[in-house]
Amino acid sequence: MSDAIKNATLEYATRLGDDSVVLGHRISEWVSYGPFLEEDIAYGNVALDYIGRARMFYTYAAELADDGRTEDDFAYMRSDRDYRNLLLLEIPRGDFAYSQVRQLFADVYYSLVLPKLLQSKDETLSAIAAKAIKETKYHLRRSRDWVLRLGDGTQESHKRTQKAVDQLWGYTHELFDMDKTEQLLADNGIGVDVSVLRGEWHKRVSEILNDATLTIPEDGWAVRGGRTGYHTENLGHMLTEMQIVHRSHPGCEW
Amino acid sequence: MTEISLMPQEQYDRLQQRNVADVKELWDLLDEVKDPEVPVLTLWDLGILRDIERDGGSIVVTITPTYSGCPAMDNIRTDVQKVLNDAGFNDVTVKTVLSPAWSSEWMSAEGRKNLREYGIAPPEDADLDADGLTPDAAALCPHCSSRNTRRISEFGSTACKALFQCDDCGEPFDYFKKI
Repeated sequence: MSDAIKNATLEYATRLGDDSVVLGHRISEWVSYGPFLEEDIAYGNVALDYIGRARMFYTYAAELADDGRTEDDFAYMRSDRDYRNLLLLEIPRGDFAYSQVRQLFADVYYSLVLPKLLQSKDETLSAIAAKAIKETKYHLRRSRDWVLRLGDGTQESHKRTQKAVDQLWGYTHELFDMDKTEQLLADNGIGVDVSVLRGEWHKRVSEILNDATLTIPEDGWAVRGGRTGYHTENLGHMLTEMQIVHRSHPGCEW
Repeated sequence: MTEISLMPQEQYDRLQQRNVADVKELWDLLDEVKDPEVPVLTLWDLGILRDIERDGGSIVVTITPTYSGCPAMDNIRTDVQKVLNDAGFNDVTVKTVLSPAWSSEWMSAEGRKNLREYGIAPPEDADLDADGLTPDAAALCPHCSSRNTRRISEFGSTACKALFQCDDCGEPFDYFKKI
């Protein structure tokens, strides 16, 4: 592996790890607040899948970095400006409809990205994708069912779900951006060219929103910055809570 | 008429692995290690114990997680280490591999039977739906063998299970998902 490719792969694995840990943490915030017990447990399980994914990506990043850092250093010892996750994933959980709409956007996205990552020439990235694909199928069925149920539900649930769709739409454009690092990896058959996936994502999401009697927003505004470390204020607050124990008690084991 | 049971090739290959002379006793030893979340399944039954290699005194055990975030993996690693250490093997490494991704197909016949007796429906006790996912009804109830059951939640007490309820005996039960 050339240095340029190696460094790009390290960056890429870190980004994918950041995406996973941030969304996993956001979902985990629902534990003990779910609308009913089974749903609470379901959310906990989805959070675990994402946190597990983060561990695999970070472990690989640490292996590539080969500078003594571990998966924990990647998760707990980097500040918000070092994080490279997509903004969509860091937005606070909001109400239940809001979280399910975000989840639907993410699940449809991963159901398109992961099969491509499975084709990666990088064996580790491909192996992680192979595990994650199976899990994402279940995540998507759940978020789709909930968006249908809430969108085509009561007047109140419809109103809240539509509001979530409108508020989150502007964050979805960033999901399909490419920069030099990702382009280099895509050109070398290692990373996924996400720029070509927006059409299919839009089609699949629109079908579900239509069935849920929701209106598909116009592409009016777009927020970007996660991949360059420019985050919303929310990420700092989230990381503070997520990292406090690790940073207060360095090296602590129990 | 006696039924001739056919063993899938994968199961057969796995069984052969156990019979290699210098590691046979190690496989037998590790049959003591159970999945901490489902204590009727050994690591072997669950199919997460992938390989044991022995080079003189040093032993490398290879395991693979069921689901990405399975929180039992850390315990399992410690348990494997402990059982081998207690048996006098001190140079033990437990390695985790991701590929090939774990499949519920790897579960042993014995494991499936034990699972059902324990009150968890094994993967083959439900027919997958058109999307290849857990169906929303008709998993076989491990308590009363009824098919009059329905799915209550996509995810059960752990990521590897879904939650069902039986409408005949009224009992809820976990179904071990097919992946």
